[in-house]
Amino acid sequence: MSLTYEDVIAKYEPVLGLEVHVELNTHSKMFCGCSTIFGGEPNTQTCPVCLGMPGALPVVNEKAIESSILIGLALNCSIAPFSRFSRKNYFYPDMPKNFQISQYDEPICVNGYLDVEIDTDEGIKKFRVEIERVHMEEDTGKSLHVGGATGRIHGADYSLLDYNRAGIPLVEIVTKIVPGTGKYAPEVAKAYVAELRDILRSLGVSDVRMEQGSLRCDANVSLRLIGAETLGTRSETKNVNSLRSVERAVRGEMIRHAELLNKGERVVQETRHFQEESGLTRSGRSKEQAEDYRYFPEPDLVPVAPDAAWIETLRATLPEQPTLRRKRLQTEWSVPDKEMAAMINADALDIVEATVKLGADPTRARGWWIGESSRFAKEQGITIADLSISPTDVAQIVALVANGELTDKLARQVVEGVIAGEGAPASVIESRGLKVVSDESALMAAIERAIAAQPETAEKIRNGHIPAAGALIGAVMKETKGQADAARVRELLLGHLGQPTT
Amino acid sequence: MITHAAHEMASAMQAGEITSVELTQAHLDRISAVDSQVHAFLHVDTEGALSQAKSVDDARARGEKVGPLAGVPLALKDVMVQKGIPTTAGSKILEGWRPPYDATVVSKMKSAGIVILGKTNMDEFAMGSSTENSAYGPTHNPWDLTRIPGGSGGGSSASLAAFQAPLAIGTDTGGSIRQPAAVTGTVGVKPTYGGVSRYGLIAFSSSLDQAGPCARTVLDAALLHEVIAGHDIHDATSIDAPVPQVVQAARSGDVKGMKIGVVKELNGDGYQAGVRSRFEESLELLAKAGAEIVEVSCPNFEYALAAYYLIAPSECSSNLARFDAMRYGIRVGDEDGASAESVMNLTREVGFGREVKRRIILGTYALSSGYFDAYYGSAQKVRTLIMQDFNSAFGKADVLVSPTCPTTAFKIGEKANDPLAMYLNDIATIPVNMAGIGGMSLPCGLAPEDGLPVGFQVMAPAMQDQRMYSVGAALEASLLSQWGAPLLSQIPALAGAK
Repeated sequence: MSLTYEDVIAKYEPVLGLEVHVELNTHSKMFCGCSTIFGGEPNTQTCPVCLGMPGALPVVNEKAIESSILIGLALNCSIAPFSRFSRKNYFYPDMPKNFQISQYDEPICVNGYLDVEIDTDEGIKKFRVEIERVHMEEDTGKSLHVGGATGRIHGADYSLLDYNRAGIPLVEIVTKIVPGTGKYAPEVAKAYVAELRDILRSLGVSDVRMEQGSLRCDANVSLRLIGAETLGTRSETKNVNSLRSVERAVRGEMIRHAELLNKGERVVQETRHFQEESGLTRSGRSKEQAEDYRYFPEPDLVPVAPDAAWIETLRATLPEQPTLRRKRLQTEWSVPDKEMAAMINADALDIVEATVKLGADPTRARGWWIGESSRFAKEQGITIADLSISPTDVAQIVALVANGELTDKLARQVVEGVIAGEGAPASVIESRGLKVVSDESALMAAIERAIAAQPETAEKIRNGHIPAAGALIGAVMKETKGQADAARVRELLLGHLGQPTT
Repeated sequence: MITHAAHEMASAMQAGEITSVELTQAHLDRISAVDSQVHAFLHVDTEGALSQAKSVDDARARGEKVGPLAGVPLALKDVMVQKGIPTTAGSKILEGWRPPYDATVVSKMKSAGIVILGKTNMDEFAMGSSTENSAYGPTHNPWDLTRIPGGSGGGSSASLAAFQAPLAIGTDTGGSIRQPAAVTGTVGVKPTYGGVSRYGLIAFSSSLDQAGPCARTVLDAALLHEVIAGHDIHDATSIDAPVPQVVQAARSGDVKGMKIGVVKELNGDGYQAGVRSRFEESLELLAKAGAEIVEVSCPNFEYALAAYYLIAPSECSSNLARFDAMRYGIRVGDEDGASAESVMNLTREVGFGREVKRRIILGTYALSSGYFDAYYGSAQKVRTLIMQDFNSAFGKADVLVSPTCPTTAFKIGEKANDPLAMYLNDIATIPVNMAGIGGMSLPCGLAPEDGLPVGFQVMAPAMQDQRMYSVGAALEASLLSQWGAPLLSQIPALAGAK
């Protein structure tokens, strides 16, 4: 018998812990000058340092330190005046040195928090997620295990190693335990990762692409009986590659734990892998026998001791916090809640703002990005930011509509043309011949031809039956291939037939 | 010419009396003639050396300004990577590996026109004091082929004493430059930690390793020191400060008014009689040259060896983890169906020698959770105490001195099965590494009882390396006037040599 979520939360209190790994978007790796660009041919972005060649030494990327400090500041952390790198020792073929350089007992940022809001049936609820630490480390390479049943190293026929990712700077953001979220635990987890992602993006320190792995979340979940003090045993779910998955993974683990506990079984402390298709997790590495990483201070590096003045300089450059910014923009642009949510979901805030900054009317700008562009993006399976239409293009189109040079209908074709790669709006208009027919004598000639073709209809209009005008306007629009402004045609037609035009 | 000092060879080339190609060929001939007995070299790069020599000769012929050591041949310890040249660090696990890059020390020497003859033998991964731990067989001391040439850099020091090269590069983690220098009657300097880049030095113990110059005279060592020293952006622990004026100090050799502190704890019991007497005589010579001799005490030095054998193995257990058959070096057991783990295990089983394994196991244990504080943590505290001892001693003296080693060269095989006895050989050199300061060994005579060279150690505060050269040059000059010829003129001729 399977439990419902309601059964779980009636009996148990979930406790969350979230570890988020962020790949920084520095140009070079954490400890060498190799490129960090995603998707290169395997092993082309490597050097003696990130391949762990004998004799090679790491040197800290200053930009990575700067990014880490920015993250710490944005998460309300204290920046340690003195922090160190350690070596985390374990053997794995995708780790060139067989140790990972990581911060251990002396991380760069500690003790912060992030407030998140979730929209519930009981209205907006606010939760504070406390941050334990933000620390820097290097990423490992990637292994591809070929053959075998599990896709894991054990039992594989052979394995391929790509060290392009080895040494990419990673920042790990670890929360303290998060109790008190009750039934909202899955939403809080999702909202936290979403808010964190927005902050990281606003800082410009990472591409935060969950699907490419530049933002990865490990969700720790444990249950305890409501009212109990002692924490339950936790599981750590990895491979959670989207915001939606964060929510599903937490929910799924809560149900799985509760089922075990209800049967009197115990939860095993282990790593679990989230399965995108089923929404379930499968057992990974057991953490019952704590692995001994033999941490010790990295002797090849000197301590990181950021200057207090530098930290203050960085603090002064912090951008507006995304939540506050959203609220401000919603007010400034007078966006209804629902549409604000749609815009956020479509990740359109930055691009709409950029369009508005170029002079476009906010409602119009929003309309183009959320409507047309969003649809095209969905069709192509990419984000609107990746479309070949820019805020400048959209701002131009909005302006052309506003001054009557384009109708909405024509504008849609222009958008389509720009997205199809036919060039800037002006050249699409030119090549597709989409200019509004604004030559009034030409319009009048078309109107007269329409009247001549449908004399009875014209007569009805003359007699005050205005709705009949539609048929004649339609004929004119047809003749002008839709390139006339229908409202103007209506004005001219009604005026010509002696009727009031408004 | 091959018995001359490096700076004399350089002058002869500058004067047009000899070309670098001729000089290099003479050394290559000498290597061919005697290395079957000495076994100082693991690899001789005949072609590369002659081509480097020719380009220096050509540059000179075009009237270009070349460095003070341009065209002088050098022997490179096999722990330093040189692009395209087999580099093993004395280990089987790296057999056949050709590094894709040059160590910073190597690129500096190349730009200075120094001719690299080849790679010298060493204890595997620089772990040892006799060069017996090389996977490629021991090096023999040219003073007595049945004896060890010191270690780990026995190949470098032996090549100098056997006139196979006038200059060499060594690395010193606990004495691996100074002890070989002492037992072969040559000069070896461990610069201040951070004074010479470690980029391209295959790490044994990162916080202790330091490359340095080896030569037959103090001035030659200084000239080489100046070439290889200086800040390197590829080494985060390298010091961003001007290089100490070592050449100037070596040329003037002035110790007038200098206070020389004799470290009470690094003398006496356990030190061979002949070592002590030569050391005492040297102190008198320095006093005659105008120095003031004082006694200092460093009570925590007695813990140095124990702490060293926690820190160095701990770091090495991590540094040597990368030798796993995945990317370079030998690969053992890679048969159908073998797992990566079993290939790693087999490769490391076959590829590492006993001493290396011993230290990896020691270090792995010392870093394990639950033991870390008691072992690695305590050892780091001892390290701080040793630094404090040095600080207070340097408050009383400008430099500190001691015999470099408790004994002269022992017999090959004598201590091979007694690691502790072997470790004790480094008792006087290890404190210098633990504190990150500079140390020099120079020859101060032969022990009367065995006729073997004795080393005199000079220690200077961090980045005051020039003081070692002042004292070394002063003592060398006094000894030379006493002996009438360099100590190495007394070395027995090797069979087959011209």
